[in-house]
Amino acid sequence: MRRRHLLTLAFVLTAVGAGLFWYKWQVLGFPLTAERETGTWTVEARIAFNRASTGPVKVIMRLPDSPPGFMIFDEQFISRGYGLTLSDEPGPRSATWAVRRVRGDQALYYRATLFHSEETPPQRATPPFPPPPDLEEPYATALEELVTRVRQQSADIATFAAAAMRVVDVSDDTVRLFLGNRPDPLARAQLALQVLHSARIPAHIIQALRLAEDRQGEELEYWIVVHNGNRWIYFDPRDGSRGLPANLLVWSWDSEPVLQLEGARRPSLTFSMRHTIEDALRVAELRTERQHPRLMEFSILDLPLSAQSMYAILLLVPLGAFLVIVLRNVVGISTFGTFMPVLVAMAFRETRLLNGMILFTLIVALGLSIRFYLERLRLLLVPRLAAVLTVVVMLMVLVSIFSHRLGIETGLSVALFPMVIMAMTIERMSIVWEERGPGEAMKEGVGTLIASAVIYILMITPQVQYFVLVFPEMLLVVLAAMLLLGRYTGYRLTELVRFRELAGGGK
Amino acid sequence: MIWRRWRALNAVGVMGINRRNADYIMALNPRRHYPIVDNKLLTKELAILQGVPVPELYGSIATPHEIRGLPAIIADRQDFVLKPAHGSQGDGILVIVHRRKGRYRTSGGRMLDWDELEHHLTNALSGQFSLGGLPDEVMVEYRVRFDPVFDDISYQGVPDLRIIVYRGYPLMCMVRLPTRQSDGKANLHQGAVGAGIGIATGLTLPAVGPGNIVVDEHPDTGAEISGRVIPYWDQILLMASRCYELTRLGYLGVDIVLDAERGPLLLELNARPGLNVQIANQDGLRRRIDVVDPLAAQERLPEERVALARELAEAGYKAIRAA
Repeated sequence: MRRRHLLTLAFVLTAVGAGLFWYKWQVLGFPLTAERETGTWTVEARIAFNRASTGPVKVIMRLPDSPPGFMIFDEQFISRGYGLTLSDEPGPRSATWAVRRVRGDQALYYRATLFHSEETPPQRATPPFPPPPDLEEPYATALEELVTRVRQQSADIATFAAAAMRVVDVSDDTVRLFLGNRPDPLARAQLALQVLHSARIPAHIIQALRLAEDRQGEELEYWIVVHNGNRWIYFDPRDGSRGLPANLLVWSWDSEPVLQLEGARRPSLTFSMRHTIEDALRVAELRTERQHPRLMEFSILDLPLSAQSMYAILLLVPLGAFLVIVLRNVVGISTFGTFMPVLVAMAFRETRLLNGMILFTLIVALGLSIRFYLERLRLLLVPRLAAVLTVVVMLMVLVSIFSHRLGIETGLSVALFPMVIMAMTIERMSIVWEERGPGEAMKEGVGTLIASAVIYILMITPQVQYFVLVFPEMLLVVLAAMLLLGRYTGYRLTELVRFRELAGGGK
Repeated sequence: MIWRRWRALNAVGVMGINRRNADYIMALNPRRHYPIVDNKLLTKELAILQGVPVPELYGSIATPHEIRGLPAIIADRQDFVLKPAHGSQGDGILVIVHRRKGRYRTSGGRMLDWDELEHHLTNALSGQFSLGGLPDEVMVEYRVRFDPVFDDISYQGVPDLRIIVYRGYPLMCMVRLPTRQSDGKANLHQGAVGAGIGIATGLTLPAVGPGNIVVDEHPDTGAEISGRVIPYWDQILLMASRCYELTRLGYLGVDIVLDAERGPLLLELNARPGLNVQIANQDGLRRRIDVVDPLAAQERLPEERVALARELAEAGYKAIRAA
């Protein structure tokens, strides 16, 4: 009954901890190791224009608004001397730069940092059926002919749309009637759109940027989106190919010019882009912040850095305690006090392992000899403990001064060694020494050092530190393991040696 | 290799510390009964009520102020024992065998003056030897003049008997013999040797010395250890069994000394007895417990329990049907 209770509790703790961990790892994309990095894009739009005489200029640029397949996590506006406003009102997102007096060649920059995201952006509303275009002759007949041709080559909305793109071919006479001899991409897209609208298919032109490694001077492309009744389908009007390429960044959801200028001439808008590697953790954090703001509010990573670094240590304490359980109850090492090794291991963080062990041994040995000297003076227990503590503090000061003189840096950090722990260790060791003999005292002393060293090595492993800080819910799994070990009734490894004489009879 | 050793130990029914703590001490020893064994003054009082003989208590010292009253407690006695009421594992016990002109001779041969004695007492009162370092009391009691049966197989000190009493049934027993190495203390990890005693026969088995090595001769005296008849064996088993009524602890260590004149005396009780008794007996405790467990459900008088325990021992702890 009690056993089942314990097993259930351990199972629930493990399930909750591992479940949260799995969610953060798989869904939110938190990386398992500190080194993992993820690809991000930095896209820079350069707006250049000229104003011949001194006067005001106003620049309005459309900004990408939750583009499908991407997540924007940083935006920068570089515009010296210009006032900047971002539109808050519903409708397309845009930035407005304005300046009272300016003259000559000008350049403004907009820089966005994005990463790929599987998350689907908010669905845009299903559009109404468009009215058929109202055209004069001979255009109406010509369009009618194109629509008939497309209809013959198609079965449904998607194939109709693809056929509509393909039919816009400059070598065709009917098409040339609309576009002339040298059509620009917008005109071609608009003709394909007219074909679609004639068939009363909801569709419109969007503008997008094709992302490629280290490109400069790129321009926006026109794409057509078609609503098939359920969702939007993306088409490349140049060849009618269907689907949104992973590297296509939708910049504007209509065909309106992205850039509008007042009071300037010769405007140009070019894009450059760069693929950069970012710390995957930062990306995951930002992604979570965007997608589930509530979740991040309850994360350690959201705390101020100083508190974070404190928790980075504090979260390791349960792991150290778990190791103590394993070392004591499964291996069978005897140590001074139950969690003294954890505290000593934390002290080692200041001094590094080897120095820490030397200093620990040195101070405990010196303290011990002083404790034995004080014993001869027959002092009462509490004053004697206080005296040992004082001597320990003085010893630390001496060690620090001497090591500083000798140019050893670690000596100084010994001051942070928890001296109360040292004093208690000395007192405890001396009692064990007197009552159980030096052998037992040494055994426990060495056991404490070994346990501390093992815990220290675990604590300074960057992978472990990272893991508990990013996935603190895994402590629930540690807790479950502790509870299960609380009912561990098997032999300790040292008992296998201790009772070795008895092992013969079983065969 | 580890696994094979593991299985071999399990086959003999050797009890490990983890199992002792989790399955026996926690299950059978309710914490509220601990004061009875942890406070030796209380143990003594209750033992007298149950008719279990104990070393006579001359008096007790509870505060540093009362230390001055020690000579009055001793009166004209030559020897006595100072024992912290909450001491553990024999810590802080001072055996005075002789005194003369304000000097006190310990069993170890050291001479103490009054100052040293007073220092020891204040340390003990302030809790140096007690569990958890709590302020303590010191008992002044009768020094056991141990039975000559162990004379040639112990080096100074008091050899004592440790009996494991499981739910009132004496299951395993050993005698702990002090050596030069253990400084006269009957403590196995200080170098004393332990010899198992057959529950059915009351005869000593070969001893186990430091490093868990089987020794058949006492390291200091060279006398053979095994095959000795423990006197008052019936009485000892009955005393141990009665300690169950005394404490209601299901897993109990009973320490008994043999006095030359007064016979077996209860020295102290232990709610967390060690596991070395298994080494001394070359047998696993769990094997014996598993045989007794089905029989223990029925309430029995101490005399009946002893009889049953001896019967089981004689049968080599093969499961038998309860009579």
